[in-house]
Amino acid sequence: MYIYDEHDQRLVDERVNQYRGQTERYLAGEITDEQFLPLRLQNGLYVQRLAPMLRIAIPYGTFNSTQMRKLAHISRHYDKGYGHFSTRQNLQLNWPKLEEVPDILEELASVQMHAIQTSGNCIRNTTTDQFAGAAADELEDPRPYCEIIREWSTFHPEFAFLPRKFKIAVCASEADRAATQMHDIGIEVVHNAEGETGFRVLVGGGLGRTPVIATEIVDFLPKQHLITYLEAILRVYNQLGRRDNKYKARIKILVRAMGIEAFREKVEQEWATIKDGPSTLTEAEFDRAKSFFHSPDYASIDDNAAEASLAEQAAQNPAFANWLKRNVDAHQAPGYAMVTLSLKATGYAPGDLTDQQMEAVADMADQFSFGEIRASHQQNLILAHVRKDQLLAVFEQAQAQNFATANINYLTDMICCPGGDFCALANAKSLPVSEAIQRKFDDLDYLYDLGPIDLNISGCMNACGHHHIGHIGILGVDKKGQEFFQISLGGSQDKDASLAKILGPSFSSADVPDVVEKILDIYVTLRTEEESFLDTYRRVGIDPFKEKVYAK
Amino acid sequence: MPNKIIKDGAVTDDNWQVLDAQATEVPEGAVIVPLSLWNGQKDTLAQRGQLGVWLNSDESPQLIADSLDNFDVVAINFPAFADGRGFTYGRELRQQHNYQGEVRAIGEFIRDQLYFLNRCGFNAFALDGVDLDKALDSFADFSDAYQAAIDQPEPLFKRR
Repeated sequence: MYIYDEHDQRLVDERVNQYRGQTERYLAGEITDEQFLPLRLQNGLYVQRLAPMLRIAIPYGTFNSTQMRKLAHISRHYDKGYGHFSTRQNLQLNWPKLEEVPDILEELASVQMHAIQTSGNCIRNTTTDQFAGAAADELEDPRPYCEIIREWSTFHPEFAFLPRKFKIAVCASEADRAATQMHDIGIEVVHNAEGETGFRVLVGGGLGRTPVIATEIVDFLPKQHLITYLEAILRVYNQLGRRDNKYKARIKILVRAMGIEAFREKVEQEWATIKDGPSTLTEAEFDRAKSFFHSPDYASIDDNAAEASLAEQAAQNPAFANWLKRNVDAHQAPGYAMVTLSLKATGYAPGDLTDQQMEAVADMADQFSFGEIRASHQQNLILAHVRKDQLLAVFEQAQAQNFATANINYLTDMICCPGGDFCALANAKSLPVSEAIQRKFDDLDYLYDLGPIDLNISGCMNACGHHHIGHIGILGVDKKGQEFFQISLGGSQDKDASLAKILGPSFSSADVPDVVEKILDIYVTLRTEEESFLDTYRRVGIDPFKEKVYAK
Repeated sequence: MPNKIIKDGAVTDDNWQVLDAQATEVPEGAVIVPLSLWNGQKDTLAQRGQLGVWLNSDESPQLIADSLDNFDVVAINFPAFADGRGFTYGRELRQQHNYQGEVRAIGEFIRDQLYFLNRCGFNAFALDGVDLDKALDSFADFSDAYQAAIDQPEPLFKRR
């Protein structure tokens, strides 16, 4: 993973000092609330329903056991002993004290972490595939490019006060595990016919109030132009993006209003003035960035033998067999596998982890995965490089910590925002709904029979829970002061991305699990063999679901 | 009595007078005129010894690209500090139009933006309501930066 040199360290240290000074001036009344707002947001600090909320950056979702232990310490010492992993691969603390945040940032800086640009109208944490550098289906490790983008976007002087927040995601594999089409800029690492690396760049995707799937702006951008091209896009957006209405301020609205052709032309004009300029990336810089993400020192393992003994262990232990099938994925190195630790046990808020669990993950990472941890946008944690002959030991430790629910990619592996229990923006409490669904559908055999289903819940139309791209999406809405939930079907975050369609009138919180059950029943009735929920939905459309759910 | 502003890293006296957007009369002395006034009275204004123009946040420097030789000062107005278009305008003036005169921030920008404004090519700051000597500290918020900008044309990756 990326290791700071003296330049990186000095910048985060200076950031801590800057923010400490700003906090002192705020507390002394020298800065108004309005002026302090973007300053604290750009350090991840929100003022929420019950307390401030601090969002800590985990750049492109990769971190190490030392950092995890620090997060555990911070959660315990400055908060109530737990944290929440978000869909931007970040960690949120729900109860920090505003005046202690500079101290928290100082603690973070001591382990090469920060909360820079985790909120505010600026370029946010770049996200990527949680399996980067390990996945069997990967073209290249996307993280060196993410790091290059991280450095470029950190304290970018021109783009700290954009019309609205700006999110970039990068993927480099057949399966798009970073939902790149749902980002302001989506970047796909590709190779051309000559085998050279470049980027297919998408622009103008996003969720929120107006969900849009991103459009291609360039099909092959030679890699050395990455920064100048991004800069050109941002410069057009910074000048022309709407600032009169925050709901129309994202780049998706601008691209749609201008049309992709006109937008591309503007970007090309802007790019022409900086293309091949000083920010053009060099081979030396790619080499430097890549040097931090070389493969760990894998042991030489006979994969066939490892598979055979795994099969034996699985035959004796059905729970382990289930877990192997659902929570373990193919690795690029023989004899290794990727393990997803499920943060979706029934009765626990999706993505939440206690300080003690954080330390347990850190210990497991040290013991089994070269000390490295990943956070996924589906709010789970990953040990990316586990020896197959240690999978059983990992399973047992994961069970002891409640991380072994064998539900990855199944109905109860849902994405859910913190909702009205914590968030000041929310219209409805999403967590009780997710828990009710988990309780109703806790029969794993039934879940496996249903096959993979993405169920995503957002407590309001800001869509932090990605409800638009769930196969089943649930959105909290407010009707005359009462909480209701609108259900939509048919979204997808994969390569074949689609936006979910609203089923019909919304339901009370108590009715949601039964409605989900009806939807699943219709699927089971209508599906052909081998057809997933999404396949069936795409074949039959929304009407059969509508009829059954709203039947008198 | 002259106003105090920050210019080229120091607090200095300032004699420029910024005319408001509706102004039609141009007084004697050093004036910074709104774009509309410049557009309406180019010929006479161009005769003055000292002249500045100011752009609002929806007025791109593109609009004065051909006239930049006439201006000792180009001021960019921040109607709200969160309106960040001016950052791009500053950079555009320096980088695309190679403007060598004074680029001045006016309006509602705040002390905590000085570091970024300076990086984007601003060298004068008409900052209201704060202690200017203390505000100078904000230019030193960071001792280096990752990106190329006006103050540092080489990105850090070429200097590591």
